[in-house]
Amino acid sequence: MHEMSLCESLLTAMEEAAQTNGFAKVRRVRLEIGRFAGVEVQALRFGFDVVMRGSLAEGAELVVIDRPGTAWCFDCDETVEIAERHAPCPRCGGARMQANGGTEMTIKDLEVE
Amino acid sequence: MCVVCGCSGATVDGEGHHHGHDHDHSHEHGHDHSHDHGHDHDHGHDHGHHHGHHHDYGAGPARAHAPGLSQTRMVAIEQGILAKNDAYAAENRRGFQRRGVFTLNLLSSPGAGKTTLLVATLQRLAGWMPAAVIEGDQQTSLDADRIRATGAPAVQINTGKGCHLDAHMIGHAVETLAVPERGLLFIENVGNLVCPAAFDLGEAKRVVLLSVTEGEDKPVKYPDMFASADLVLVNKVDAAPFLGVDLDALRAAVARVNPKAAVLNVSARTGEGMEDWLAWLMDERNGWLAGLATEARAYADGLSAAMAAPAPAGAPAPGA
Repeated sequence: MHEMSLCESLLTAMEEAAQTNGFAKVRRVRLEIGRFAGVEVQALRFGFDVVMRGSLAEGAELVVIDRPGTAWCFDCDETVEIAERHAPCPRCGGARMQANGGTEMTIKDLEVE
Repeated sequence: MCVVCGCSGATVDGEGHHHGHDHDHSHEHGHDHSHDHGHDHDHGHDHGHHHGHHHDYGAGPARAHAPGLSQTRMVAIEQGILAKNDAYAAENRRGFQRRGVFTLNLLSSPGAGKTTLLVATLQRLAGWMPAAVIEGDQQTSLDADRIRATGAPAVQINTGKGCHLDAHMIGHAVETLAVPERGLLFIENVGNLVCPAAFDLGEAKRVVLLSVTEGEDKPVKYPDMFASADLVLVNKVDAAPFLGVDLDALRAAVARVNPKAAVLNVSARTGEGMEDWLAWLMDERNGWLAGLATEARAYADGLSAAMAAPAPAGAPAPGA
């Protein structure tokens, strides 16, 4: 359960951005979370509400943009989109796959005032 | 549990002294966040992750220039949520590279045998390969005490409520730990197959330990952890015959999640497979050192080449 830590980290990043960009309140946060980032979005939302209380982002809307997972198939020699980390290759059905995309956890932008 | 700045109540217990740090958050929590013992927080970590150019988007309430209404605008961040941890990790990694310290992040569920494996490993390394250990646990210094009994320097990090080590804690731990130059550093992470996977500590390699009592399907159940492993050590193999564990199925489960990971069977208790593990360790370390040496040589060559360039004929004299 490191979703709470992610929220703490998110808050720190927003506080720093507030200093750099001169804003006092965050109304909306957009995150990009990869399918394989190991982030449970429900837990993230719960942590977000708790952590943002009393901060510049209290009551802010949290938007999570889902990023698809991709993997390198060693048999097809190609990158393919997969739904789960250990899913077989949708092209050849092979199991020799190495996830190579979908692990991102990025703060995309903020709507601020 | 502000993991990224390390003020989660984590304490570093080195050679008999504690330290943490004061740290003010500009937000309020329902719980207390500050720790005693002042500790200078400013140790030159550089986080270059901070770009906030902002631009107004045309539509919506942002363009309502009504007097008295605050202006809403968009600020593009495009920064990893764990950017801060990653910056600390990069700093740790540079430090380890400069000092030639080959660092391993050792991960597993609680009770898989990380400490027992480390003790057995340190006993075999004693006298020819200097090593130090960072121990992570929620509470107690029991593990560090076991390590110190082998003669290796150890520092204990207690994460308090935290479920994993982060790069900032490691940065602090190496300040107090006598890490041998060009030696080995083992970081024993908090026993947990989930959270530590997301936190780069600056290690050169990741070793995930899996004991046979945990079942063959663990790699598939906890893919994030196993996907990030360079080596999966299957521990307690001496107990496999009593448990009816299918070691081939276990290997197949690892390969499904991570076809590139090496898999070795060991028993830290009986010593079975320890030679293979130490051979892997030395091979990886040598490869890592060779890579650093090549880089250093190329850098030195570049400097030498710059020095050798003669002034072309007819060029103005220096200072003219």
